[in-house]
Amino acid sequence: MSHATAEVTLTPEEQKARSELIAKAKPVDIPRPILVTGGKDFHWVTEKICGIVEGKTPLWWWILFLTAACMATFTLFGLTWLVSTGVGVWGLANPVNWGWAIVNFVFWIGIGHAGTLISAILCLLRQKWRTSINRAAEAMTIFAVVCAGIFPLFHVGRVWFAWWLFPLPNSNWIWPQFRSPLEWDVFAVSTYGTVSVLFWYMGMIPDLANLRDRAKVLWRKLFYGLFAMGWRNSNRHWRNYEMAYLLLAGLSTPLVLSVHTIVSFDFAASNLPGWHTTIFPPYFVAGAIFSGFGMVLTLMLPLRAVYGLHNLITQYHIDCMCKIILATGSMVGYAYAMEFFIAWYGGNPYEGFAFINRAFGQYAWAYWIMISCNVISPQLFWFKWVRENTWLVWIICGFVNVGMWFERFVITVTSLANDYLPSSWGYYSPTIVDIFTFFGTFGLFSVLFLLFVRFLPLMPMGELKAVMPAADAHGHGSGTQGQGVPHHDSEGGHH
Amino acid sequence: MEHQPKALYCLLGTFTKTPEFFEAAGKVRDAGYKKWDTFTPFPVHGLDAQMGMKRSKVPMFTFCGGLFGFCLGTLITWYMNGWDYPLIVGGKPFWSPVFPFPVMYELTILNAAFGTLLGMFVMNMLPRHNHPLFNYPDFVRSNDDTFFIVIEKSDPKFNREATEAFLKEIGAEEIHAVEA
Repeated sequence: MSHATAEVTLTPEEQKARSELIAKAKPVDIPRPILVTGGKDFHWVTEKICGIVEGKTPLWWWILFLTAACMATFTLFGLTWLVSTGVGVWGLANPVNWGWAIVNFVFWIGIGHAGTLISAILCLLRQKWRTSINRAAEAMTIFAVVCAGIFPLFHVGRVWFAWWLFPLPNSNWIWPQFRSPLEWDVFAVSTYGTVSVLFWYMGMIPDLANLRDRAKVLWRKLFYGLFAMGWRNSNRHWRNYEMAYLLLAGLSTPLVLSVHTIVSFDFAASNLPGWHTTIFPPYFVAGAIFSGFGMVLTLMLPLRAVYGLHNLITQYHIDCMCKIILATGSMVGYAYAMEFFIAWYGGNPYEGFAFINRAFGQYAWAYWIMISCNVISPQLFWFKWVRENTWLVWIICGFVNVGMWFERFVITVTSLANDYLPSSWGYYSPTIVDIFTFFGTFGLFSVLFLLFVRFLPLMPMGELKAVMPAADAHGHGSGTQGQGVPHHDSEGGHH
Repeated sequence: MEHQPKALYCLLGTFTKTPEFFEAAGKVRDAGYKKWDTFTPFPVHGLDAQMGMKRSKVPMFTFCGGLFGFCLGTLITWYMNGWDYPLIVGGKPFWSPVFPFPVMYELTILNAAFGTLLGMFVMNMLPRHNHPLFNYPDFVRSNDDTFFIVIEKSDPKFNREATEAFLKEIGAEEIHAVEA
């Protein structure tokens, strides 16, 4: 047996002996998870996804949309107040000159990372369960980057000079200073936003073509037709499309890792105790994925319930996402512990103080909210019954979102409030303007996401169909594909 | 088959089962047709080889975009911080490839991504909003659950009767003539 299986090329006799032995041994057929349940066909997928866009606007959509739009005005109000009065209206004061604006920036940009992880990294890892959630997660990424971008833009103080961040000629004829991590951030975040839009858009082209061809009214035909670019499902197109998709996934993977690495450099490249640590890049990336998956589930579970997408976002999908939250949450917990260890092991008294102060100083309340939300609550996902209780999953994901905001608050504010000079120590509190501006971004995010749900295909239909058993070109469409069972293709030869 | 069309563009055969369609595509390839194509609601795994198509050329666009981005990043950081307005920061060299590397890195990725999208459009000859095949009234089915095999009239081997018989023989469920 071992002789036969060890051979790479088998003679006909060996082949025959192998088949006989396998027939006798009856290896177990390891089932693959079924990603589209309920025995549905291709047509059902088309009708389900297009139906969301083509159906009548539901009442709940209007209610949520108007509520979100009202919420978004808070950001507008906060920003108008800021620009017309001056940055003094924010709670920033020495020594805490990075307050909620930076916290909110890191929070939102972190949210976005799960979208790219799902669309790029899970694509490279051939995790087929990504197909039903990747489009919405990518949309979430883009809208989160939009919300994130507002904060550093207005944090520059005189927002009308924000274009100086870009390497554009100006009347003083001076250029950006490329040694600054803040300048790297300009490039990282703008590249991230742009590439995310390109990836999202390219993935949507076949679905836009589908909506174009199904359109009954002229504006739909024009709108979807314009963006579908004349796509016609030709395999000579799919070939280039698939290659481009793979390449974009390959480009987005180092991109997403670099973005939060550079965001962490904003802190780590300074000399401040609590910021100046080498663990920051991996710790920030893990935290970003953690918070992003929390947001993906926060958004997808209600959509699943409202649109009846239970056959497309199955318990298996929820399990996978919960396990990623568990894994990244544990990584974040490990990073918190390691920060403390290094602060002690490094022997630097300032570093040691910074961490003792985080846990037991004036911001201890924030620190323990962070620990309980980020480290403790995701540990519940070890239990199957927790992962199977949709309400519980949703609530835990809410905690994850809250916890990750507090993580950024703890990092930003505690280190600044109690730095090297005790004489300048202070206590930072946000003002109403800070609160309004941040609160409103949830409205802005929701407005954009609701528009996406209403007008664009929520899931990539082509990718969903491709993972269904009926899509197998060799008819091995039983939904299981054993690893031990040899299947002889008479016609294939491309594996 | 209805009336004889005035200006025939192609013959179109439909399939609803992936394995049958996949096998039929191989037969069209073996029959030596050149100007033919398949239309599928999703990318069918292995169909490129089955149709005898070579590897996509999109990666060349990606590479060129990436190379351009890297050079652009190198050039702007050198020109702006090292040449046009040298800044003394901490007694460090005016320019080195190390400190602006994140900028060069991000511009590489940005331009490689633009190159990729551009490559996809160029290689597919898109955008093209009018195409003879859109005249086929049931074209929408290719988005839904039906596979098409299309053999164009301009193919040297094309013969109205023989090609139609061939499509029937390889298992096409319906055969339609599409006029341009």
